[in-house]
Amino acid sequence: MPTKIEKDAVTGKMTTGHEWDGIKELNTPLPKWWLYILYGTIAWSVLWAILYPSFPGLSGHFRGILGWSMRSEITEQMAAARAEQAPFLDRIRAASLEQVRNDPELLAYAMAGGRVAFADNCAGCHGAGGQGARGGFPALVDDDWIWGGSLEAIQQTIVHGIRNTQDADARLSQMPAYAGVLTRPQINDVAEHVLSLSGRSTDAAAAGRGAAVYAENCVACHGERGEGVRDVGGPALADAIWLYGGTKAEVVAQITNPRMGVMPAWGGRLDEATIRMLTVYVHTLGGGE
Amino acid sequence: MSGDVAAAVTGEGTLSHARTRAPAYVEDVVRAFMVATIFWGVVGFLMGTLIAWQLAFPLLNLDLEYTTFGRLRPVHTSAVIFAFGGNALIGTSLHVVQRTCRARLFGGPEAGWFLFFGYQTFIVLAALGYVMGVTSSKEYAEPEWFVDLFLTLVWVVYLVVFMGTLMKRQEPHIFVANWFYLAFIITIAMLHIGNNLQLPVSFGGSKSYLVPAGVQDAMIQWWYGHNAVGFFLTAGFLGMMYYFIPKQADRPIYSYRLSIVHFWSLIFLYIWAGPHHLHYTALPDWAQTLGMIFSVMLWMPSWGGMINGIMTLSGAWDKLRTDPGLRFSVTAVAFYGMSTFEGPVMSVKAVNALSHYTDWTIGHVHSGAMGWVGFITFGALYYLVPVLWKRERLYSTKLVAWHFWIATLGIVLYISAMWVSGVMQGLMWRAYDELGFLQYSFIETVAAMHPYYVIRAMGGVLYLTGALIMVYNLWKTATGAEPRLAARPALTAQAAE
Repeated sequence: MPTKIEKDAVTGKMTTGHEWDGIKELNTPLPKWWLYILYGTIAWSVLWAILYPSFPGLSGHFRGILGWSMRSEITEQMAAARAEQAPFLDRIRAASLEQVRNDPELLAYAMAGGRVAFADNCAGCHGAGGQGARGGFPALVDDDWIWGGSLEAIQQTIVHGIRNTQDADARLSQMPAYAGVLTRPQINDVAEHVLSLSGRSTDAAAAGRGAAVYAENCVACHGERGEGVRDVGGPALADAIWLYGGTKAEVVAQITNPRMGVMPAWGGRLDEATIRMLTVYVHTLGGGE
Repeated sequence: MSGDVAAAVTGEGTLSHARTRAPAYVEDVVRAFMVATIFWGVVGFLMGTLIAWQLAFPLLNLDLEYTTFGRLRPVHTSAVIFAFGGNALIGTSLHVVQRTCRARLFGGPEAGWFLFFGYQTFIVLAALGYVMGVTSSKEYAEPEWFVDLFLTLVWVVYLVVFMGTLMKRQEPHIFVANWFYLAFIITIAMLHIGNNLQLPVSFGGSKSYLVPAGVQDAMIQWWYGHNAVGFFLTAGFLGMMYYFIPKQADRPIYSYRLSIVHFWSLIFLYIWAGPHHLHYTALPDWAQTLGMIFSVMLWMPSWGGMINGIMTLSGAWDKLRTDPGLRFSVTAVAFYGMSTFEGPVMSVKAVNALSHYTDWTIGHVHSGAMGWVGFITFGALYYLVPVLWKRERLYSTKLVAWHFWIATLGIVLYISAMWVSGVMQGLMWRAYDELGFLQYSFIETVAAMHPYYVIRAMGGVLYLTGALIMVYNLWKTATGAEPRLAARPALTAQAAE
């Protein structure tokens, strides 16, 4: 039942006379500042709806008196950014890789562009600084090149990739699994020999026996003294750099059932100027030849 | 007069009164909903804390499909929104509608228990689906078609029970809390059906596809998503606020006129604001503009609720010192005011260009979810548990204060970490060097966010710790040694003075 309208002792305001489960209400008017800000936001919204694309119609929509659209804005911004970069990118496209490398201005530009392209596309496998990662992702900051470290060789690798199925010109080679080809003792011996190439064998006799196995099976791709053969992407074995680990067990595992890295072809994904900047950047990281 | 004062509520919640006999309210079901609220709250906070640590340390994904972030994240969001929030809303609405209508629940305990067990079944089905990878992949609406259909049935029963009780009411007017609860129930029904128009691939399988595709699908999704915030997490909890703050403060509601104007403006404007989730996407320009201006116009209607909540304390501010339960409710309203100012700001396209897709959005949502939704629910629980279990007071007021300060510190850590992280992320994404190249790669922005992710997770640990303190306190309150109240003064007695 509605109780009578009464004066609230604390605030001096009148109640509405309603009551529910002991809860009453004051009949306070709307706060002025609240109402004026509400009107303000409505006025601002009306103005905005007149200035900018707003109301839909049966065909199309009201475009707003400023003629602004998201699409034209992004198109203009992209065009402006492209125009700003165009002079340098044109020069990078026109020059040889060698010229880019030797022109301080172009080199600085290519390093800046290459850094970004590397961070977004290459760092996932090769590390943020090109330091490589365990599990077969080669470091690019050293002078140990599997497929060649000249500007041209690096560009070739980036454009076509390695052992991928997308690019017919991808660099291709395959190490056979020696599990069925060599016996277990032979694999043990040749592993000792491989370790001895970097002076880390602990069993001279086995390493000696392994030399013959090595000469028969491995030389063609890894070279007589384990210096590597770049034409076929055979990694060097005589240094302390290991793609899949340098312990005896890891070397044995790699001979028995080898793993080989795959790199996608970037030719179709990145534009020519970006690939050229990337090439110079990678070349400059460490041991470019 | 003496007859009025002598009016009493018995142990069964029956109001014996010579003149107006209040019905025996259905309270068992409300008690069950409160227990479910607390249980799912802890589950939801725990999941949130776990996935926060997963973001900081990906190793915690455990390399199992069932425990990856992608599957546990919807478990967290659904647990806190629909399980914790939903049980709190349904439970308190059933309590409030009976008391403020002076009418027994329509459908009686049978309908109430169907609602309770139906809703818990929905939660369990949904959560199991997420973990097993059964999902429609629509944010906050992940359950597949068969769970959606089941929820529709439960929700219709809820609507009938609530409406039926309103229609049986013994009061001439409908109390403001019930306007908000009803708006919440009706709109959620509409949103749930609209956003889940999907065709099952087969009746024997769980997979279904939405009827609309592309940007239409996206627009409907955010029409739903934004109004899940607007009507589930705002309108429903405002209903809670309008009952529990006057009760806790023992003061009249500040302004009846404001409650009318802000109610109608809020529910009229909210429903159009969804496109601000799709700024700078394939959504047409005109829809983005409308989404933005409706969001800006929402600012004052939202603040109307804050004013009414906070100003209801005029004349009772001193209670904040002695009643930490009320402190929860009032702080909740303050967080509500802050979030509903931040929201319109973020909907402005120039701001959104920076904030969109960053942690700023996560911080914004959590200041609303932990600050507003969580705190208003804690405040209601601290009031309602002694009432429902017929205890004179809570087991420990001191523990409530501990809960308050620990949870507040948790929120501050959480949202400030996300603000810093989000703004930094947005600035890093758009930074160019002097030659026109992007300054940072994506992974560099991820690495930069790590310390803030750790701070955020610690905030979550604090919030969870506070909730566990509440569980202990409420458990001791409900089961404690203190005698049950045989009788307490009827609420109408005060009014009749």
